[in-house]
Amino acid sequence: MAGSSKTIEGAGPVTPFETAGRAYHINEHEYDVVIIGAGGAGLRAVVGCAEAGLKTACLTKVFPTRSHTVAAQGGIAASLGNMGPDHWRWHMYDTVKGSDWLGDQDAIEYLVREAPRAVIELEHWGTPFSRTEEGRIYQRPFGGMTTEFGEGPPAQRTCAAADRTGHAMLHTLYGQALRHGAEFFIEYFALDLIMDDEGACRGVTALCMEDGSIHRFRAHAVILATGGYNRVYFSCTSAHICTGDGNAMVMRAGLPVQDMEFVQFHPTGIYGAGMLITEGVRGEGGYLTNAFGERFMERYAPHAKDLASRDVVSRAMTIEIREGRGVGKNKDHIYLHLDHLGADVIAERLPGIAESAKIFAGVDVTREPIPVLPTAHYNMGGIPTNYHGEVINPKDGDPDAVAPGLFAAGEAACASVHGANRLGSNSLTDIVVFGRAAAQRAAATITPGAAHKPLAKDAGLEGLERLDALRFADGGTPVSQLRLAMQKAMQHYCSVFRTGESLNEGVEKIREVWKGLDDVRINDRSLIWNTDLVEALELSNLLMNAAATIHSAAERTESRGAHAREDYPERDDANWMKHTLAWADFEGRKTRLDYRPVHTFTLTDEAEYIEPKKRVY
Amino acid sequence: MVQFTLPKNSKVRTGKTWPKPEGATRIKEFRIYRFDPETGENPRLDTYFVDLDDCGPMVLHGLLKIKDEVDSTLAFRRSCREGICGSCAMNIAGENALACITAMEDIKGPVTVYPLPHMQVVKDLVPDLTLLYAQHRLIEPWLKTDTPAPDREWRQSKDDRKKLDGLYECILCFCCATSCPSYWWNAERYLGPAVLLQAYRWIADSRDEAVDERLDELEDPFRLYRCHTIMNCVRVCPKGLNPAKAIAAIKEDLALRRF
Repeated sequence: MAGSSKTIEGAGPVTPFETAGRAYHINEHEYDVVIIGAGGAGLRAVVGCAEAGLKTACLTKVFPTRSHTVAAQGGIAASLGNMGPDHWRWHMYDTVKGSDWLGDQDAIEYLVREAPRAVIELEHWGTPFSRTEEGRIYQRPFGGMTTEFGEGPPAQRTCAAADRTGHAMLHTLYGQALRHGAEFFIEYFALDLIMDDEGACRGVTALCMEDGSIHRFRAHAVILATGGYNRVYFSCTSAHICTGDGNAMVMRAGLPVQDMEFVQFHPTGIYGAGMLITEGVRGEGGYLTNAFGERFMERYAPHAKDLASRDVVSRAMTIEIREGRGVGKNKDHIYLHLDHLGADVIAERLPGIAESAKIFAGVDVTREPIPVLPTAHYNMGGIPTNYHGEVINPKDGDPDAVAPGLFAAGEAACASVHGANRLGSNSLTDIVVFGRAAAQRAAATITPGAAHKPLAKDAGLEGLERLDALRFADGGTPVSQLRLAMQKAMQHYCSVFRTGESLNEGVEKIREVWKGLDDVRINDRSLIWNTDLVEALELSNLLMNAAATIHSAAERTESRGAHAREDYPERDDANWMKHTLAWADFEGRKTRLDYRPVHTFTLTDEAEYIEPKKRVY
Repeated sequence: MVQFTLPKNSKVRTGKTWPKPEGATRIKEFRIYRFDPETGENPRLDTYFVDLDDCGPMVLHGLLKIKDEVDSTLAFRRSCREGICGSCAMNIAGENALACITAMEDIKGPVTVYPLPHMQVVKDLVPDLTLLYAQHRLIEPWLKTDTPAPDREWRQSKDDRKKLDGLYECILCFCCATSCPSYWWNAERYLGPAVLLQAYRWIADSRDEAVDERLDELEDPFRLYRCHTIMNCVRVCPKGLNPAKAIAAIKEDLALRRF
């Protein structure tokens, strides 16, 4: 039935604003904390802030349960030890090694020590975890997760709700947010951070998609939980909404993003379609084969085999294909077998991927292998934070200085617990642990209901000029055409293996596409649910992420974790044991790099710093 | 589906027909519901053509192809593109479904695409789901316990956990609710299949200690008892769930507690 009229939630005072001769009405809001994003990290932060009595708003461009956390499959890592001996120190060792020593060990210690509590909390809130015979949470093996500091057998550390763990968690977290009466602004697209002269964040502006109205939220703290940006690639496992909006907001505010060159390619995306097939398949005993039916991972990782770290497996697959041992008509992919696991195990533990393989590859997994290919999956890089989730903005020679009032958590953030390569199932741990940490820090530093400092009348509204320009853009290039050019360039120049030559070409290519934004064309001039406009805003965000990624990659002349340089095949701790920082000049369409040291210390005396050594699986 | 008389301003007119892609041999025709609330005009059906040899297999691929290359003003929701987020629920060839897991080749003749039926339309294929979200909130979708929480997890046997299978997998796409004639008539008072399935998901959870309270909230001629086992919900659920069975189970729980 046509026709909809509805009052806009939380409408307050209105401020007039004019740009390019057009009048805008700015709807004003005041909160203690505003959270951007309603995936796992955002919702966990919402719950924490609401619980602490802070007046909390959550802005999200999609309804919470449509966030990309919902697609996480395999599980959440925590050393509960339900299936055998485990210890947080072993989890810490694995995570540091997985990160190829680029992770900050204080943050990693925090992550692994908080993990068991975070999982138990989710269980108490109702998450439908799979169970053991004793009625405890079921845990499965996952890549790179070991016992005895890599010397023992694989650890069973990854807590699972069949192969729908992200869905189970996200729906649980949404329920908790409702329980605490958090205020949601659903289908609001965040535009820009409001920063004051002292570099503190004072709020955020947003576009309400339902009616095209502009909103300004003042807040003592803004928590960015906007997820990753893998839509810069042509083929990725990520949802359409993964456009790095928070990263771009931070860059537009003049702050850097960190370690953007580290992009994880998941070994098992469905060939051609890109959908994720969980590493849990290999955790449950699945394995990869080449054209000769050979279990080739035994050659690349004699000890861990198919359960080596994701970067290792993706490189091995790429080499197999490159050397002519790929499967299929064009010898351009690999097979993932799970038919030997039996229909019962598949039905109980892997029902979701059985369904996906059927729909997207036409494969009955109880009888045939799934055709798979390494596919862009996760961004280790993002907004630099400390282990409290406070955003870092190096200042006056202090590489760890924080930007007051600004937090980040989840895939958008770079704490950095994943360093150069994330271990499978550590991301679900990351989102709840650091979503909570950010909320706790906000609660510890903000008095509920405290008065807001005066704000300049036009504070934060500079971004409206950008919005207005895009809304009326009548150049010659459709948004989709520019987006495709960017995605093809990133796929070609910044993939599993990289060389200086191709990266430098890629830098130029991306800059060209970025400049193309000046000639973009929008056809929809309406205000209500204008997805043409929103996709243009998202593209403009994606391009900043792409530029930072490929520039950072071109400069890092070593191979570490997911960043594999064919011209520099070894890790170079002497020169490159450091985080890359990238600033973007949006107007000039260029990026600038600098570096900050990796934290080579732990959080407490209970954990010893793990010295770098060669990373072998 | 039965065609009901629509209010005057909701009657769907014939809209624009866009050109066919050049050189294509396998063409799929799309007839898509368009509504722009800002023009004050009635909704219309626009006709588009997609080259099946230059497009992914799903209806969502077709819609994205149209939006990217033909008409960027077309509005619809989409996110995960793999059937887990529930964004792209719409009425495709007369049946509610997720565009991302509905294959174009399975549809005979032109692909008609409407928004989810009997909902207020915000624009094009974007329905207003506010009421359904509020109803979902009403059933208090979180675990309720009185017993102090243990240090570790609540124990739950494998058999008890199994009772949640077929319930917890709901993605809140609302294909079922918006295909239910009973929900069409009484949306303000009947909770509908999606929300009742979720209500039962918590009733069936061995860890939950508020079953009586939950049943009290549902014991109402409208909230629960408007289900007349029409079973459209079961027919359309893209996750293969059975809301009608969950509703029957709630009714059974209510009947049994009288004894």
